[in-house]
Amino acid sequence: MKKSLVLFTLLAGLCGFAAPSFADGLDTGATAWMLSSTALVLLMTIPGLALFYGGMVRKKNVLGTMMQSFAITALISVVWMVAGYSIAFDTTGMTKGVTNFYSFFGSLNHAFLNGMDMKSMTGGIPESVFMTFQMTFAIITPALITGAFADRMKFSTMLVFMTIWSLVVYSPIAHMVWSGDGGFLWDLGVLDFAGGTVVHINAGVAGLVTALMLGPRIGYGKEPMAPHNLVLTVIGAAMLWVGWFGFNAGSAVAADGRAGMAMAVTQIATAAAALGWMFAEWIVKGKPSVLGIASGAVAGLVAITPASGFVGPVGSLVIGVAAGVICFWAATSLKGMLGYDDSLDAFGVHAIGGIVGALLTGVFAVESIGGTAGSMGQLWIQAESVGITIAYTAVMTFIILKVLDIVMGLRVTEEQEREGLDIALHGERVE
Amino acid sequence: MKMVTAIIKPFKLDEVREALSAIGVQGITVTEVKGFGRQKGHTELYRGAEYVVDFLPKIKLEAAVAASMLDQVIEAIEKTAKTGKIGDGKIFIHDIAQVIRIRTGETGAEAL
Repeated sequence: MKKSLVLFTLLAGLCGFAAPSFADGLDTGATAWMLSSTALVLLMTIPGLALFYGGMVRKKNVLGTMMQSFAITALISVVWMVAGYSIAFDTTGMTKGVTNFYSFFGSLNHAFLNGMDMKSMTGGIPESVFMTFQMTFAIITPALITGAFADRMKFSTMLVFMTIWSLVVYSPIAHMVWSGDGGFLWDLGVLDFAGGTVVHINAGVAGLVTALMLGPRIGYGKEPMAPHNLVLTVIGAAMLWVGWFGFNAGSAVAADGRAGMAMAVTQIATAAAALGWMFAEWIVKGKPSVLGIASGAVAGLVAITPASGFVGPVGSLVIGVAAGVICFWAATSLKGMLGYDDSLDAFGVHAIGGIVGALLTGVFAVESIGGTAGSMGQLWIQAESVGITIAYTAVMTFIILKVLDIVMGLRVTEEQEREGLDIALHGERVE
Repeated sequence: MKMVTAIIKPFKLDEVREALSAIGVQGITVTEVKGFGRQKGHTELYRGAEYVVDFLPKIKLEAAVAASMLDQVIEAIEKTAKTGKIGDGKIFIHDIAQVIRIRTGETGAEAL
């Protein structure tokens, strides 16, 4: 015991002395926070989202559902390294106010992370940290889509779909919104702090298109499809909540007052939305359900995502309540009226919550926090950006799926679907 | 020899088992079952999707007893499994044609 303590002290001392010196301007506080944020955002997908979705499906599909999140985490890490990061964040050929090819797609100059070394910096942090932080966003976005087609998509097709989708839908939209001067939506003046358009509207709309193209699950609306274990879902929702501090406060890419404000409004909006959904359900359906309050929390997290870093506490309270009540309506009533089978409400929570948040950011933005004040003009810019995101995602997702349907087929066979994805696709079962 | 089959509420199982042991019943077989009677099922609601659960979980308990013990057995089950609320279950009595203890080959009442 004593020996290992001495060894540890010695090692710690060595590491301290051996620390490499980075380029001037490195902000150690910001770097420490961004390293932590990156881990938090990864936690949102695995195990957070995997548990959240895994608990909501039937027992025969729980492994298949968790596998989708896990496999996407591995797959998109590689895709991002190879080309995704470059398409999203390379700034070659971009000039403020000039709309050209590079306003939509970054060049491939940074493919395979070309040019990223120990000294390269993004803002006050190492580029390696920024790249990995953004990688975790690129991972969770396609993973969110899986909720819409749960229980019925071919695993092989899903892998190909997510690879292409990440490169031609996610990275370009991230580029338009976040790459800086010359980016199409950036120049338009959109406010999207942590990914209301890039992550949530994007994933939610892609989910809706996928659900429509795959068609409903066999027996949808006739056979019982109750969640098999809501304990997993509640644990997953709680992990999403915790991890989201990295998502929103981390999007400040700094350890400063704006990051602190983003954290505070994230907590407030999430709490308000959880209560909003719970009370709405209690009043309309008679009981405050556990799935309801957990779903409400996620809806609030989604809605405050674009707004954090721009709005103050009171704005976040309104955004939270609105998200909780409107997403409750979308998941329980709108879905029934329109008849699509968005199995786990990727559209109802992420697209609808994202739209509520993106629009209200234009209303409640405070100049002293993010440099822009809410106004009718800003609301219009937000609405335009939402519209462009929806249109781009819907059309591109449709084209990709159409081609894949012809080439490899989207859906498992009826027999496989009845047997369950766990046994049919993975040869395993949960118990 | 009689076979007593009782459908009871799951949380009453321990009480019933103790009462049966106390009057000298040598063995019982228990199965977790689902079914419906007058109690009917209940509805569950998940994000607006309503599912009617028709079959409720119950315990099926089987005890083979000598005809002379039958009344005592019925009384013990009735008394301990009763809550007075709907869904307490039922008791069914059948005749047993033969009983064989596998280990020894004994038959009839000796095998009980």
